[in-house]
Amino acid sequence: MTYLGHAGKYFIMLGQVFKRPQKGRVFREALFKEFDELGLKSLGIVAFISFFIGGVIALQTALNIENPFIPQYLIGFATKRSVILEFAPTFCSIILAGKVGSYITSSIGTMRVTEQIDALEVMGINSLNHLVLPKVLATIFFYPFLIVLAMFLGIFGGWVAGLTSTMFSEIDYMQGVQLEFNPFLVKYALIKTLVFAFLIATVPSYHGYYVKGGSIAVGKASTQAVVWTIILIVIANYFLTQMLLT
Amino acid sequence: MIIVDKLHKGFGDVKVLKGISTSFEPGKTSLIIGQSGSGKTVFLKTLIGLHTPESGSISFDGRINTKFTTEEKRQWRQEIGMVFQGSALFDSQTVEENVMFPLKMFKKQTAEEMLERVNFVLKRVNLENSNHKFPAELSGGMQKRVAIARAIVMNPKYLFCDEPNSGLDPNTAILIDNLIQEITDEYQITTVINTHDMNSVMEIGEKIVFLKDGKKAWEGTKNEIFKTDNEAVVKFVYSSELFKKVRLAYLNETK
Repeated sequence: MTYLGHAGKYFIMLGQVFKRPQKGRVFREALFKEFDELGLKSLGIVAFISFFIGGVIALQTALNIENPFIPQYLIGFATKRSVILEFAPTFCSIILAGKVGSYITSSIGTMRVTEQIDALEVMGINSLNHLVLPKVLATIFFYPFLIVLAMFLGIFGGWVAGLTSTMFSEIDYMQGVQLEFNPFLVKYALIKTLVFAFLIATVPSYHGYYVKGGSIAVGKASTQAVVWTIILIVIANYFLTQMLLT
Repeated sequence: MIIVDKLHKGFGDVKVLKGISTSFEPGKTSLIIGQSGSGKTVFLKTLIGLHTPESGSISFDGRINTKFTTEEKRQWRQEIGMVFQGSALFDSQTVEENVMFPLKMFKKQTAEEMLERVNFVLKRVNLENSNHKFPAELSGGMQKRVAIARAIVMNPKYLFCDEPNSGLDPNTAILIDNLIQEITDEYQITTVINTHDMNSVMEIGEKIVFLKDGKKAWEGTKNEIFKTDNEAVVKFVYSSELFKKVRLAYLNETK
C-alpha cells in the first residue's frame, strides 16, 4: 500500500474512532484504565529523565560559557527555555512514543491476531471506538500534566546540578529561571503536547489494528509504529514551531 | 433457521465461496467439514457478518442480513454467539469480566443481576469457582468453556463455533462437543460448527455440510455419511485406518 493509501486508511479509521461510545459505563471504565496504563505508568520514566536531562542542560550550558562577561544567570535562563520549549514537550513525547506507542500497537495487534477484535465485531461493538477512543482521550487529557511535571523537574534538575557541582551558583540559576518569563511559551509547549499526544495514541493504534499475521507481524508493527510516530512528531514539531513562534 | 442461497465470496481474483446453498435448523448441531483451504472459515465468517458476500443471500428466520438497517443489524448481532478457534477471550479481563462483557454492553441490568446470569452460565459449562482467574491461568479446555459461556450469556438464537476442538485432547474435545450439543438442544439454538475433527462428525453431526474448493460437495446426517458413496467425502472422512474400520463395521451391522 502506498503512503497515500495508508494516510487515507488512517483518516477513515479516525472516522470510526470518533463516534459516540456505545455504553457510557464501559467507556468510563476503559478510560480510567487507560489513564493508568498510558499516563500514571509513564510518570516514573518522565520524571527520571526530565530531572537528569535538566541537570545535563544546565551543566553543558555552564561548561560552554567561558567568557566572564556573560552573566551566570544565563545558565538558568537557557535551561528554562530549552526545557520548556523543546525538551519537555518534544523530547518527552518521543520517549513516550517509544514506551506507550509500542504498548498500544502490541496490545491492539495481539487482540487482532488472536481474534479478540473479531469477537468484539461479532458482538456488534465498534471495535475502533471501543479500543482507540479511550486511549486518545487518556493521552490528550493526561500528557499536558506529564509535560508540565517534566518542565518543573527539568528546571529543578538544573538547580540541583548547580548545587552539587559548584560550576554555577544556584542563586544565579534561579535568577535566570525567573528572568523574562513568557507565559505564551508554556502555552506553545502545551499546544504541541496535545498534537503529539494525539499522534502517540492514534498512529500506533492504526499499526496495531490493521496488523496481519502472527506474533512476528505484531513485533514488526510495533517497531514501525514507534518509528512513524517519532517521524510525525518531528514533522509536526517543525510546522507547529513555524506557525506559533514565527 | 438459517438459509444460505447461492453464496459467493472472493478476495480480489481469488474466489473462495462458489455458490453455496444450504440451510441450518434450530435445535440441531450442524457441522461444516472440508479440507484446509476449502473455504470453511470464510463461509463461517460470512455467515456471522465479518465478511460481506459478493452475491447470494443469508436469511436468518426470514431476515436477510445484507439488507439490515443499522438498528436491525445491532439487534441481530445480539442474537449471535460465536466461539472462536483460539477462544478469543479478552486477556486483560477475568473469566467473570469476559462473560459479563456482552451483558454490560447491551443489557440494562444491575450488577447483581449480571453476576447472577454470569454464574448461571459458568455453572452450565461446569466452570464454577474460576470467576476471578485470567484466561492465561486456564487450560485450553477451560478457555473453550469460558468462550462458550460468553457466547451463550445473551441467550443467542444462533451459535457459531470455529473449530471448537482444535488443540484439545480427545476427552476434553468430547466434553466440549457434548456441551455444545446439550446447549443447542436445551435452548433450541441454531448451531453451526466448523470442524476438522472426525470424532465430532460421528458424535454430534446432526447435519453435515462438506465443502470442497469453495463449493458444497455433499450434505447429510452422521448416519448418511457412513453410507455415502461420494468419493470426495469418503476420501476425506475415512482417510485414517481407524475410521475406515468404523465405517466398515457400521455398514456390516446395518446390512
